[in-house]
Amino acid sequence: MNKNHRVPSSRSLSAVEVKSKFGAEFRRFSLDRSKPGRFDEFYGLLQHVHRIPNVELLVGYADVHGDLLPINNDDNYHKAISTASPLLRLFLHRKEEADYTTFGTDSLTRKKNTVLSAVLLRPDANKKKPPVIISLPRDFRPVSSIIDVDILPETHRRVRLYKHGQEKPLGFYIRDGSSVRVTPQGLEKVPGIFISRMVPGGLAESTGLLAVNDEVLEVNGIEVAGKSLDQVTDMMIANSHNLIITVKPANQRNNVVRSGGGGGGGAASGSSGRSSDSGASYYGYSSPGGVGAAASMPTHIIQNFPVGEIESDEEDEDLVIEVGGEAEPIRRTGSNYSMPSLPRYEPHLNLRSATTSTLSVNANGTLPASASSGSLSNANATSTTPSPDRAMERRSLEEDGTVITL
Amino acid sequence: MKRFRRHGQESQRDRLKQELFQFNKTVEHGFPHQPSALGYSPSLQLLAIGTRSGAIKLYGAPGVEFMGLHDENAAVTQVHFLPHQVELVTLLDDNSLHMWTLRAHKGLSELLEIGRFTLTGPPGAPPSVTRVTAVLPHSSGELLLLGTEGGHVFIVEVPGFRELEERNISLDQVASSVPDDYIGRRNLEHVEALQENPVNPNQVVIGYGRGLMVVWDLEKQCQLESVWWTEDGGYILSSHSDGSYCRWMVGVDDVNEEEEKSDIPYGHFPCKAIMKIIQLPTEDGPPFLLFSGGMPRASYGDRHCITVIHGKTHVALDFTSRIIDFFVITDGLQQKGDPSALVVLVEEELVVIDLQTEGWPVIQTPYLVPLHSSAITCSHHVSAIPFKLWERISSVGELQNTHYSKKPWPITGGQSLAPDPPQRDLLLTGHEDGTVRFWDASGVCLSPMYKLSTAGVFDTDADPNDNMNQGTEGEWPPFRKVGCFDPYSDDPRLGIQKIHLCKYSGYLTVAGTAGQILVMELNDEAAEQTVEAKVVDLLQGQEGFRWKGHTRLDVREEPVLFPPGFQPFALVQCQPPAVVTALNLHSEWKLVAFGTSHGFGLFDYQQKNNVFVKCTLNPSDQLAMEGPLSRVKSIKKSLRQSFRRIRRSRVSLRKHHVNNAAKLQEANARLEAELAEMELAPVQRKIEARSSDDSFTGLVRTLYFADTFLSDSSHNSPSLWAGTNGGCVFAYMLRLPPVEHRADEPITAHPAKEIQLMHRAPVVGIVVLDGHGAPLPEPLEVAHDLARSPEMQGSHHLLVISEEQFKVFTLPKVSAKMKLKLTAIDGSRVRRVGVAWFGSNRSEDYGESGLVVLTNQGDLHVVSLPSVKLQVQYPCIRKEDVSGIASCVFTKHGQGFYLISPSEFERFSLSTRCLVEPRCLVGAPLHSGPQRRPQTDGISYCHILFAEVLQEIQKSLEGDQT
Repeated sequence: MNKNHRVPSSRSLSAVEVKSKFGAEFRRFSLDRSKPGRFDEFYGLLQHVHRIPNVELLVGYADVHGDLLPINNDDNYHKAISTASPLLRLFLHRKEEADYTTFGTDSLTRKKNTVLSAVLLRPDANKKKPPVIISLPRDFRPVSSIIDVDILPETHRRVRLYKHGQEKPLGFYIRDGSSVRVTPQGLEKVPGIFISRMVPGGLAESTGLLAVNDEVLEVNGIEVAGKSLDQVTDMMIANSHNLIITVKPANQRNNVVRSGGGGGGGAASGSSGRSSDSGASYYGYSSPGGVGAAASMPTHIIQNFPVGEIESDEEDEDLVIEVGGEAEPIRRTGSNYSMPSLPRYEPHLNLRSATTSTLSVNANGTLPASASSGSLSNANATSTTPSPDRAMERRSLEEDGTVITL
Repeated sequence: MKRFRRHGQESQRDRLKQELFQFNKTVEHGFPHQPSALGYSPSLQLLAIGTRSGAIKLYGAPGVEFMGLHDENAAVTQVHFLPHQVELVTLLDDNSLHMWTLRAHKGLSELLEIGRFTLTGPPGAPPSVTRVTAVLPHSSGELLLLGTEGGHVFIVEVPGFRELEERNISLDQVASSVPDDYIGRRNLEHVEALQENPVNPNQVVIGYGRGLMVVWDLEKQCQLESVWWTEDGGYILSSHSDGSYCRWMVGVDDVNEEEEKSDIPYGHFPCKAIMKIIQLPTEDGPPFLLFSGGMPRASYGDRHCITVIHGKTHVALDFTSRIIDFFVITDGLQQKGDPSALVVLVEEELVVIDLQTEGWPVIQTPYLVPLHSSAITCSHHVSAIPFKLWERISSVGELQNTHYSKKPWPITGGQSLAPDPPQRDLLLTGHEDGTVRFWDASGVCLSPMYKLSTAGVFDTDADPNDNMNQGTEGEWPPFRKVGCFDPYSDDPRLGIQKIHLCKYSGYLTVAGTAGQILVMELNDEAAEQTVEAKVVDLLQGQEGFRWKGHTRLDVREEPVLFPPGFQPFALVQCQPPAVVTALNLHSEWKLVAFGTSHGFGLFDYQQKNNVFVKCTLNPSDQLAMEGPLSRVKSIKKSLRQSFRRIRRSRVSLRKHHVNNAAKLQEANARLEAELAEMELAPVQRKIEARSSDDSFTGLVRTLYFADTFLSDSSHNSPSLWAGTNGGCVFAYMLRLPPVEHRADEPITAHPAKEIQLMHRAPVVGIVVLDGHGAPLPEPLEVAHDLARSPEMQGSHHLLVISEEQFKVFTLPKVSAKMKLKLTAIDGSRVRRVGVAWFGSNRSEDYGESGLVVLTNQGDLHVVSLPSVKLQVQYPCIRKEDVSGIASCVFTKHGQGFYLISPSEFERFSLSTRCLVEPRCLVGAPLHSGPQRRPQTDGISYCHILFAEVLQEIQKSLEGDQT
């Protein structure tokens, strides 16, 4: 905690009157409008005047329109100081208790849920078209997302961790273990890779999407089955700048439950960036052409996030320093090659989704009793919407053909 | 995905791949790890060695070698050739007997297992009854006598392994026919030895563990007594556990025998057992008496000795490791002549001693050379050595071999049908004791050519005269050290870490553990000179660190006499004296680049001047700064020594050493299994992105010289490239003065580029590709008209190989062009990489360059150039075999070597065109009737090849040779 705060020197005309509210307590003090200082100093000052040095705070202020806006970096702090006339009203919350939805337009006057929460989980959309409502402060950088909800079995979860630009460590450990699979021969114990430990404060823990004992099924689209712990470790480290892990969570209670008739259109929109793309749902649920249609479709549709994000220039830039010059990122000139004999990312995803859905059919449809971990949500899904299972069953049969042609 | 590609192109490429690449493990070079049994066939002139891992290897004339592996993973305890046949019998630790034969197939012989057998005793008998302790293949070639732990001798018909129960010699039979006062009340114990009377094949001597010897007549069932029959059949020699041996005269039909002579050769004080004794007559002189062991227990109990006594000459040959077995080769077709050579298999090497030349010199072995006479620390392969350099190296090598016998290799069985190697290849191995050994790696036999020692340049604790303690007058026993296995390095700092030889100029640079870099030149004359050291500070003023590793080596100040061969003329010593991790030599520019964990430097060996130094150390990298604790080494060494001591004491305790060795191995295996189980307890791996703060990011992994376009696309210039552990590539532009001023004008270097790979994986290779996409040729290669000059018109490309990716950049402006990800896709990492040329096996003039890659999973990949696409993949080494993977070295023509044990290189080939493998033929002696024993009247059996075709092949070969 930064205690080295700057004490306002004197009450001058350029002073900003500050009224800060934390719980039921108020504090009043003033700041120099021309020399507001940095946000972290201000933050320290707030903790000092409220005598709450070790409490994580979420700072908000009421702007001229009466909207509650956050203060969490130098920019919006300076904005708040400069627009205060003359009183700056601050509202402090404990970070753990904070309700992010309170921020936004008219949030102080009309309590209304905004789309911000959804936006938070949809970083891709943010990147493409910046939200017009408020600026995206540093705290709101994407740290993780659940993707491909619509093409994965409900028992699986594909999590993307954004390491890029973060100081936080990825912060988790993996181990060997064994899991039970449904095979034609019945239940079988097979070796698997599991998350063994989370580093407190690490990126993985902070997302809340990964947990100890989750089984790792894929790393960036490559199945880990048959690979050693060291191989999987190396794969994860090699992909650490943009790590996408597909897990089977140990706790199956928080799975995303698909709503609506799965057999129809794109109703099962998850939070992936492209979920609104009709092509994805077309592939996912209703491909009437079967094998040919699925295989001949452009790869960017099969894969539910654009190729550019896996292989994006931004993510994989090498730095080159010319003599005496500045460091500049290397620009890509030619096309990107990947191993021809090994599955490329996109077709592999295709294959995976086919096989995993086959597996999920086994788990949900044909062998419901043996699906040990299917639990609550599965039962709900099958009882309320029996049709998707049939649709999926059909699809899986068709796509077995795809598997063979691949 | 295939449907998106054009089919025609794809299948054409697949066909081309088949023409270019194929994977074969071809031949094992070196000395087998943990040999456990030795056998010899005088009629085939073949030597057989069994190992503890169940392998059986046969060697004849150089180039004639066979290998077989038992399915059971058990140690081979005994190997016996069936007399005058191509079959041999092996006894394994698990009490199974195996029959092997050499069968001709398509004009080449193959070693095949044709039968297996486990002795079954009477029902209900304890396993010890059938535990085989001695094997005697009867000279008739039809019987196998098996002595067992229970004291019975079982007789089995071969090759079918049919038990002849009615002919078994049971303990009861023996006990009943031996006078009671010999038997007493005690058990006779196990059968220790079985020997056949060389004159009368019906007489067999059975030696029991308790000391009773029985001569058994297979026909008449009358008994006499004895372990070695003298050649004339008149005497029997027996050796005993107290270090004595007895000579017994055998009365022909007389039941009474008398002890003629009993002797404890190294007597007075208690002696160790004589394990084996042989006596061989000479035509006109005293016989040769040879025995192993028998040393005075207290003073020389730890020596591994074979004593040879011939008339007045008495020598105790002192070997470097435990004696496993020995035999003697005698002159003449019938093996009746004078003893000519003694062949001794000790645990770490094979020693052959010429018994007919004065002083009994050692005959240099053409194969089975102990590669590990000092531990191998690195290796370097140079293909296609120019004839002139080859001649010079072999002639300086011959000067080192004057103490060897001039006689040819005495084991001459079989015919090598392998064609002459297409080129001369050298394999250089660096060793822990500071030596570099040069091996002729052109063909099947990896034979030593020349040995270079760098220790003479430095002042070490070891006194060079230290190990010359032999030849002391009047010493008893009269020891003579033989063998070259000497794993104990006096100073670990001398260890060789990197080697680079320029085959055109004969310049060699070697770098070692204590940051020393020697530049050497081949000189045919001996020369006395002082080597001046140039100390180079790689830290460049970075402060606040303390080097806790070893100190720099002290250089001898007085002039040193260097024998003919490679002689050092320049020495660079890095400060801090860390292990040299990268080394390169450019003989055309006369520059040597070197790197450690702290940085890299460039040395001009013409002006003997350091051009520049770059510190790559991350200031927060404390670990790299401090260096290895030198204590670790000494602990390892002392452990090794104490193990050796334990082993010695075990040797002295054991009576039945092979059995005990097996038990020891069993215990070890159990221990290993337990350890493995302990390791199965949850292991977890941290998932964390690499950062600049990781340890050893500054360690220099690779250095590369290239004449390429670094600043603009119209002017090429010399450059030096360095890659680090932290994924960083540094490029320096070099300015060389014109040739006429090369000696006096300074060379300058300017930093030109620095590339930080985002994935921060260690850079293990850098290659510049010319305008055609081909790797730049080696220095002087073009000047010698051995490569076409590189294409300087098109744009050059830079290929950076990290442990995780292959990445191609454009030059001079560095921008990423294409890449191949390895780790992100299948989780394997690049451990070794080399550039190789692959010729097509269908058209003589087609070939491609490619990258040969060995991953940490032990898989070999070939990656095409310049498109960096994966071509083929073969599993090669077990991924657990870390030292095997680390030791791998590639040739320029798609072959490679890796260590399968500390003493053996496995050779493999990825090329369809370059394949070095043994191709050999062994002729089987033909027998006319059941009486196979040659009679004393001199009618010898014939060496007749079993097929006329083969005979013709042999003739044509012999014709070629003459």
